[in-house]
Amino acid sequence: MDQKELRRQFSLFKSSRLSNLKTKIFGPLLLALFFTSTITIFAQDGDPFAGKALFNTNCASCHKLDRKMTGPALRNVETRLLEDEGLDREWLYAWIRNSSALIKSGDAYANKIYEEYNKSAMTAYPQLTDSDLNNILAYTAQEKVVPVAVAAATQVSNVPSNDLGLSDQIILGVFAILFLLLSIGLVLVAKTLKNLAELKGVKIEEKKKGKPIWKAYLENQFLMLCTAVIFLLVSAYGFYGWTMQVGVNQGYMPVQPIHYSHKIHSGDNKIDCNYCHSSARVSKHSGIPSLNICMNCHKSIYEYNGETTEEYSKEFYDGEIKKLYKAVGWDDEAQEYTGVTYPVKWVRIHNLPDFAYFNHSQHVSVAGIDCQTCHGPVEEMEIMYQHSPLTMGWCINCHRETNVNIKDNEYYDRIHKELSKKYGVEELTAAQMGGLECGKCHY
Amino acid sequence: MKFNIKILFLIAVLMQSCWGDRGAPNYEYMPNMYESLSYESYSENNLFEDNLSARLPVEGTIPRGYSLYDYEDTNEGYESAKKNLTNPYILNQEEMLKAKELYTVYCGVCHGSKGAGQGILVKREKILGIPSYADPGRAITSGSTYHVIYYGKNTMGSYANQLNEKERWMVTSYVMKLKSDLSK
Repeated sequence: MDQKELRRQFSLFKSSRLSNLKTKIFGPLLLALFFTSTITIFAQDGDPFAGKALFNTNCASCHKLDRKMTGPALRNVETRLLEDEGLDREWLYAWIRNSSALIKSGDAYANKIYEEYNKSAMTAYPQLTDSDLNNILAYTAQEKVVPVAVAAATQVSNVPSNDLGLSDQIILGVFAILFLLLSIGLVLVAKTLKNLAELKGVKIEEKKKGKPIWKAYLENQFLMLCTAVIFLLVSAYGFYGWTMQVGVNQGYMPVQPIHYSHKIHSGDNKIDCNYCHSSARVSKHSGIPSLNICMNCHKSIYEYNGETTEEYSKEFYDGEIKKLYKAVGWDDEAQEYTGVTYPVKWVRIHNLPDFAYFNHSQHVSVAGIDCQTCHGPVEEMEIMYQHSPLTMGWCINCHRETNVNIKDNEYYDRIHKELSKKYGVEELTAAQMGGLECGKCHY
Repeated sequence: MKFNIKILFLIAVLMQSCWGDRGAPNYEYMPNMYESLSYESYSENNLFEDNLSARLPVEGTIPRGYSLYDYEDTNEGYESAKKNLTNPYILNQEEMLKAKELYTVYCGVCHGSKGAGQGILVKREKILGIPSYADPGRAITSGSTYHVIYYGKNTMGSYANQLNEKERWMVTSYVMKLKSDLSK
């Protein structure tokens, strides 16, 4: 983290050098830099780098520097308290080390802030020493400079990407012109050759006009018969193929009301499938998670900071998080639920026909099959789609090839022993255990 | 042979184009056999005002196999659970493994595999400030852990709908094990 901070400072330093070149534009930035340095001088008695690490491990679950969370925003908390309430650093020490004792002692401001934040009691931090607290306060006293640096960085990084796009177009254009010139050249060469031949008196032989090939073909009965047979076979095969794909939704990729990327959640952040689809362990359905599960994380994650592409920009993803907040009725400014909710109309992708029974818990908990076996590489899907055909042939094929998972499962002890003796095999497949019986899935 | 392969390829291409729009479901032979007559869990339903088929249990009833939780979602409730609530289960080795599995799925992403607050979301700086279970200021107990799993606290949400009562206690046991490992 410290390194990151250093790098940011360095990039600021670079941009300040840039600003020397364009003093008019970057003047204000220099000014801001000047202010930062003066303020850090004021709060000299703490180390903001160490403070940041402490802040992130201890405070960040409830406080951010510039945003209200479970607790108030903490930027310049010390100066604000001193100026607005006349409370000094000693008061902050007492509050942080044991806020509930301070509230009980009847301190006016302590009680006021306790009421203001819905009586959420702040955890006591008796283990933090004076110097720890000074470091944290030094960190909160730092001026907000991050967005300037980011803006400058994006401005710089945007330029070459535009250049690339332009040069691509130029290269394509050059190629197109080259091809045009080449074809014109070829036509010209052909013309001059013809002229040359005429000049030298070489006669170009004209082709004799015989029977046209299609006529000969039509008159040959054997060829016609073959053609007819092939045509019939091909169209029968085509018709068969067409009938077989009716009702099969492999590759179905509908547009969802909120663009939820499985790639980000399950691929990049390695959140287990069962975290959200928790009912897959215990019920027939693998449920669509209700929005409170999204809010487990998105209460604190209000913006996207991962990789972006042109199609899926940060603004795009941030907008999708806003959609979630609207649906679940979360007021991000006030950090509370409004109570006005809009159910999200997710579009169901995997849908077995009503006449087929399928149970998730049987496959997930009992058999211990990976979700990806049927749903494909979901952790790589930016947009969810149906990976498998979900046809009966596909189900049965897997039942024929997969051995029953009997590990640590008393239920299968006896039947597995008897059936494997009957079939003369070491391990039973799901099919041999009855996985092909009609009534298992159709009733 | 070559000819055949070409034709097969052509047919494959043609068949692909049969169902062109991947954004809409394919057509079915007999839709009335495919689509359920009874209401499906997530289907729309104009019988109710909110158009949802999924209903909450009737007020004042509890589902079979569930029991009531007596502590309120307040600071007092938390303190009281912390002091008075105890774990009714003692896990055997097998159940402890199962508890670890549950912990890894539902808690590990933030609290980390050791419970020190260093889960993958913390390491990737998505969520910050996850405390260690051994944090002296919180001094968690079985009761307070169960209470927080049940209701959530501050930024942490409730896990009551992802874990049932026994599973919550299993996870609580595992958390207390991690705490004692951390304090060593």
